[in-house]
Amino acid sequence: MTALLLTLLAPLLGALLLALLRPPVAGGWLNLAISSLTLAAAAWLAWLVALDGEVAGRLVGVGFRVDAFNVYLVVLTAFVGLTTSIFSRPYMRHVRAEGRVYLGGIRVYHSMYQTFMLTMLLALTTDNLGVLWVAVEGATLATVLLVSLYRTPEAIEAAWKYFILCGVGIALALFGTVLTYFAAQHVDFRSAAQPGAGLIWSALYAHAGELDPTVMRIAFVFLLVGYGTKVGLVPMHQWLPDAHSEGPTPMSAVLSGLLLNVALYALVRFKMLVDGSLAATDSPHLAGALLMGFGLVSFMVAGLFLHRQRDIKRMFSYSSIEHMGLMTFAFGLGGPLATFGALLHMLVHSLTKSAIFVTVGHAAHIAGSQGIDKIRGLIRTQPAVGWSLLIGVAAIAGFPPFGVFTSEFLLLTATMQAQPWLTLPLLTGLAIAFAGLFRHLHPMVYGVAPEGQRPVQANLIPVAVHLGLVLWLGLAIPGFLAEWLNRATQLITGASLL
Amino acid sequence: MNLPALPLLQQLVVLLAALVLFLSFVLLAQSRLVSAIHAFAWQGALVAAVTAVVALTGDSHHLYFSAGLTLVLKALLIPWMLHRQVRRLELERHSETLQRPALAIMAAVGLVIFSSWLVLPMVAEELTFTRNIVAISLAVVLIGFLMMVVRQQAVAQVLGFMSIENGLFLAAVSATGGMPLIVELGVAFDVLVAMVLFGVFFFQIRESIDSLDVDRLNRLSETADVAVEDRP
Repeated sequence: MTALLLTLLAPLLGALLLALLRPPVAGGWLNLAISSLTLAAAAWLAWLVALDGEVAGRLVGVGFRVDAFNVYLVVLTAFVGLTTSIFSRPYMRHVRAEGRVYLGGIRVYHSMYQTFMLTMLLALTTDNLGVLWVAVEGATLATVLLVSLYRTPEAIEAAWKYFILCGVGIALALFGTVLTYFAAQHVDFRSAAQPGAGLIWSALYAHAGELDPTVMRIAFVFLLVGYGTKVGLVPMHQWLPDAHSEGPTPMSAVLSGLLLNVALYALVRFKMLVDGSLAATDSPHLAGALLMGFGLVSFMVAGLFLHRQRDIKRMFSYSSIEHMGLMTFAFGLGGPLATFGALLHMLVHSLTKSAIFVTVGHAAHIAGSQGIDKIRGLIRTQPAVGWSLLIGVAAIAGFPPFGVFTSEFLLLTATMQAQPWLTLPLLTGLAIAFAGLFRHLHPMVYGVAPEGQRPVQANLIPVAVHLGLVLWLGLAIPGFLAEWLNRATQLITGASLL
Repeated sequence: MNLPALPLLQQLVVLLAALVLFLSFVLLAQSRLVSAIHAFAWQGALVAAVTAVVALTGDSHHLYFSAGLTLVLKALLIPWMLHRQVRRLELERHSETLQRPALAIMAAVGLVIFSSWLVLPMVAEELTFTRNIVAISLAVVLIGFLMMVVRQQAVAQVLGFMSIENGLFLAAVSATGGMPLIVELGVAFDVLVAMVLFGVFFFQIRESIDSLDVDRLNRLSETADVAVEDRP
């Protein structure tokens, strides 16, 4: 319990302290220190979960429950939060030197960074579906000011779109949550004497078979559209490329690497409830089928959109939509193999994508623009950045020996077993996305560098660490991690893979 | 539903909920901003009244608290904030001409019918009361969406957003007897923070495009060439 408290308290105190701290340089360091503390606490929490299987308790009237599934996302969130804060310190110093941020903007940035981490960790660890909603909505509120940080007309437009679309989407998710609560009204929660047991996920899961199937069916549609907006599923994805391209680059890294995962996590938790509730009806796989449909459409459409992008950050945000689509599809497919693959894919995608966004931040500094046709000859100008981008894109496109290849291979195998015909669109989609990424990448990396293009001071340690981990996961998944993911798979599907 | 067969207090809840729905229509069609804000305040007050009545019928005491919270937040604080911002933005006399208002109203009627159709399968006999309430709240939510689509003015869009919240709250209170207190507090906090941020954005948008007509926010799109300029 102390570990959990510390995991949540560190970003909370950090957000408050950073809001008060005036000197911007110190803000960067403090942000880094707090992120390290959060990661240490998260690792401790993971250790406890590994020992006991589960950590549960109550803090200020809210139930928390950490099991193998969410603790792995907690550690991932804290880890990406730390490496991004390492990148963000010099990056924001550069931005400030350019004079692109208004007075006090850096303070807002650091404080909101920690608030965002807090909402992510709260959403992951809470056992209460209402608090989950509040936290995900809080994440929107924390990041919306960061998207408009540069105060350009484009940034303000992107932030407004993000605010309205996600706000409305998440309102639907609340309606779905209310309906879930409604479906649980006639369930007799004998063991749980606490009030409002109808919103406690673990209580609901234990009584999933007694939930009113008709209501749960309607509820899931609302939840899918609601949280799906945050996952970036087509056609609710409109906010995502805008918010990613106009906000500061560290924000793009955490949005892509973390926020989308957390929204998908919420969907998976609800799918488990709906599956339990519908098991005895004539459409037991409704939730899975819906997830598969939305996932596949997002996967294909985003792959096609990759081809016509002119802004490098927009391009990679479409790549995020594509990968989230693939994971949604895999969770919908169900079964231990697909779920294991999806969990692994979540991990490697977060690591790779945040590494790519960090590199893209440096590349845009070198070229002085985010336009794909302005970024040229990175390998000539600064080999480290050029190679990082090349390796990162190779990894995200699913080249062996990187981890993304492993997870995509597992997903394809699972699809081949369960729905052989769907392998065809999956393979086509992968090929389309691959072509889309590489046709833009090639001139950016190998092209002729424009006159006077100079290397910038780059901190590529986070990139190296992330890509190194992805490579390691591709070559050999360490035993403890496989066991960990297997336990999460067991929680989600009820069957073990290994 | 056989209305007279219901207990008196439930009839009152249905009546109040119907008035909330009626105010959604008013919000949708009202072209003057200030009057729309007043309509929104009344809607908030009615939702608070529903909460109070439900608190009377049931035994969950925290509902009295949430009735008070709703009254303060939705009927007083948020309308007051909006009013102040409208005054500071000098939009008191602003009125927006809705394109094809009759069509918007017809669409809203369609949404009401759709909502009642959607909840039809929730048959269980003793649920007829809640079924109607859920249908009404869903209709309020969907009309809020419609409002955000047809209105181009940022303040009007925020009103649509807030009336969606009203619909959600109505659903939570009347169908389920209220969410646990901690969740309600969290939601109220989120709504309040959202309102403050909306206020910030009104000024940012005005500074950026010299108007609050968000249809003019169209620099970012897949086809626009302006999307990529020399932005470092």
